[in-house]
Amino acid sequence: MTVNKNLKADALSVAVEGRIDTTTAPELEKEIKDSLGGVKKLVLDFEKVEYISSAGLRVLLSTQKIMNKQGEMKLINVSSDIMEIFEVTGFSDILTIA
Amino acid sequence: MKELDIVAKTENLDAVTDFVNEQLEAAGCPMKILMQIDLAVEEIFVNIANYAYSPEEGPATVRVQTDSEKSTVDITFIDHGVPYDPLAKQDPDVTLSAEQRAIGGLGIFMVKKSMDDVTYEYRDGHNILTIKKGIA
Repeated sequence: MTVNKNLKADALSVAVEGRIDTTTAPELEKEIKDSLGGVKKLVLDFEKVEYISSAGLRVLLSTQKIMNKQGEMKLINVSSDIMEIFEVTGFSDILTIA
Repeated sequence: MKELDIVAKTENLDAVTDFVNEQLEAAGCPMKILMQIDLAVEEIFVNIANYAYSPEEGPATVRVQTDSEKSTVDITFIDHGVPYDPLAKQDPDVTLSAEQRAIGGLGIFMVKKSMDDVTYEYRDGHNILTIKKGIA
């Protein structure tokens, strides 16, 4: 998994590539949380995410909870396979998916 | 039938996934189903790694049986740790808001939703969990 971050004023965009699983999720969580100070708009680009397990969903949920307090969070370019996982788990109702 | 004996720790997840994927690819499993099975394998193996022998370490056996006539795969996970039936756990409420949702408890729910069948038995001191999925 690789993570590319781009911060412009109070808008952070994070492009994730590869697999978000038990092994890589802690790294994603750290990458996001290290950069969230003062961020009001968070965009997660999922175009190159191939796979997400419950470990990755936990990162999304805890990040969503932080952003509920300080601004907004949006996921973009979610593939149909990943979308199916969000739907089964009810995450499609929790997350804002554009 | 192929079998892998491995120490149940999260560092070995990739080895387990690779082992399972090798059998699935040989059986011509489509990418989408492969991903669903990977997900189930991860959730189950990580559960065993985190809880079966905690705080010690112990072994797990992963058995993959593909049926080319019926186009199905059975994957069985065996450990001799503390008896634990993940299917007995109540499903999380997936209709709650982000604030109300607990972090965790989703793994086995995702397994149940994505596999065709999941069975558990405790026999001769072993936890035996089997998932079944059509791979046509």
